[in-house]
Amino acid sequence: MNRFGYTRAGSVAEAIQAFAAHPDARFIAGGTNLVDLMKYDVETPDHLVDITRLPLDQVEDGTDGALRVGALVGNADLAYDRRVQERFPLLASALLAGASPQLRNMATTGGNLLQRTRCHYFYDPATPCNKREPGTGCPAIQGVNRNHAILGTSERCIATHPSDLCVALAALEATVLVTGPNGDRRIPFAEFHRLPDDRPEIDTTLAPGELITAVEIPAADFGAHHTYLKLRDRHSYAFALVSVAAGLAMDGGRIVRARLALGGVAHKPWRDPAAEALLSGQPATDDSFRKAADHLLSGAVPRSGNGFKIALARRAIVRALRQAAAGTPQSQTDKRIQ
Amino acid sequence: MAPPIAPHTIDLTINGTAHRLDVAPWTTLLDLLREDLKLTGTKKGCDHGQCGACTVLVDGKRVNSCLTLAVMKDGATVTTVEGLARNGQLHPVQEAFIARDAFQCGYCTPGQLCSAVGLMAEGHAHSAEEIRELMSGNLCRCGAYANIVAAVQDALAAQSTQREAAE
Ligand SMILES: Cc1cc2nc3c(=O)[nH]c(=O)nc-3n(C[C@H](O)[C@H](O)[C@H](O)COP(=O)(O)OP(=O)(O)OC[C@H]3O[C@@H](n4cnc5c(N)ncnc54)[C@H](O)[C@@H]3O)c2cc1C
Ligand code: SF4
Ligand code: FES
Ligand code: FES
Repeated sequence: MNRFGYTRAGSVAEAIQAFAAHPDARFIAGGTNLVDLMKYDVETPDHLVDITRLPLDQVEDGTDGALRVGALVGNADLAYDRRVQERFPLLASALLAGASPQLRNMATTGGNLLQRTRCHYFYDPATPCNKREPGTGCPAIQGVNRNHAILGTSERCIATHPSDLCVALAALEATVLVTGPNGDRRIPFAEFHRLPDDRPEIDTTLAPGELITAVEIPAADFGAHHTYLKLRDRHSYAFALVSVAAGLAMDGGRIVRARLALGGVAHKPWRDPAAEALLSGQPATDDSFRKAADHLLSGAVPRSGNGFKIALARRAIVRALRQAAAGTPQSQTDKRIQ
Repeated sequence: MAPPIAPHTIDLTINGTAHRLDVAPWTTLLDLLREDLKLTGTKKGCDHGQCGACTVLVDGKRVNSCLTLAVMKDGATVTTVEGLARNGQLHPVQEAFIARDAFQCGYCTPGQLCSAVGLMAEGHAHSAEEIRELMSGNLCRCGAYANIVAAVQDALAAQSTQREAAE
């Protein structure tokens, strides 16, 4: 690790000031991504601003059944929060599908949103990488790209966003609350992460020095009709190859409204409003599910090592919609897929 | 050249003993325990959060000490494998690991033990399936998993018997 200074912030204002006082500062929360990247010299901040003592660790009820989750609420604390278990089980399920119990004890809500890609080249400063060092090239496109994106890629970068939590937050249409030197902002979840385009070094629309204070989640009306299905190389403690968050508002056997978000396939949690619209008013049958899946994946581009993801994603979408329609969400303990 | 960075003074209670320590900001809790305090029970496997060998309890919660900066834990209470036994009496989880032969080389064991103690305090694991899932943050290269699950199951059963007796 490089050498860096350290400030323990006592207030939000102090954190923002301390960040601005150093040319290359980072906020640190759980540290599970930042410290890891610093050990590889992928991140080399000159100063860390410790935000863990800020009063942003509460889960609070908002208006109209919404939930306001402080940026420092731990991933485990959030997953087991009674309100989350009862009213946002999709969120709890996605959280419990991620990382390990130890990491979930450390990881925070804000940090999870800002975790960086697990692309091997990004992690290895001995190789070029447009995301790590803009303009050096993307070796993944011609190289090892089994874990990489099939949707929304650019010729500069084909990395995926690795979070499970974010896939659920995309489906739940959360809002990210931030504050910074220029005041407060509310960022709709769909606009929080960005596609690589010609600036793959920028993951999100958060400005440098802006602090996430909370995530607001509006009430979900899926009842039992939801699921988080995560497919990976081993049953636990592995990132998604493909994951699907699905929520259905149902009227008998008919779908009233659908929410569908994919993880492991793009630089951000992937949603396609047109694919969701295809499900509205349709009977909850495999035929309807396949049409939505085909639409959602119609723009998918396979690379040398990740073509399998297209077929895998198609089947995962159908399976997830079946689970959601039946009201039998995927268990994150019994990993058999029904 | 940038000016040298001064160490920070922190207070930690480790296995019941209060310590005042000067740490550089980049010192991980794992390196502090092993290198400075010679508490080498806690192991370094991957140093990147991927194996669980470095698991310790911070304020009662199991965490990966390799990804924890010591300076951020000022004021915390830390329990390592060296602190699990009380008054010369092994922790029930340690007893169960011995009874069930839940290790081979033993390298992952301190992390497994601390993780199991954390799991028991969390209270979310009941069945063998739940134990497997909630112990999945601890890899064992010797593949002692079957016996580890059995040992944790025993420890959980002993815990609930004890709780019933206390009621
Ligand atoms: C082995 C391993 C396996 C994993 N598996 C999974 C998995 O399967 N699924 C999954 O979803 N995740 C997984 N993770 C990732 C883990 O969930 C993230 O590392 C974690 O959520 C990051 O949160 P943190 O609080 O530790 O962030 P930190 O490491 O503290 O910070 C991450 C980034 O966010 C910034 N930051 C943090 N908080 C704020 C804030 N409030 N405002 C502004 N900036 C902020 C930091 O500056 C930093 O750039 C895994 C991690 C490891 C090490
Ligand atoms: S896919 Fe993106 S992160 Fe990976 S090497 Fe290419 S530019 Fe870097
Ligand atoms: S040494 Fe910390 S998880 Fe492997
Ligand atoms: S006993 Fe050898 S690694 Fe687990």
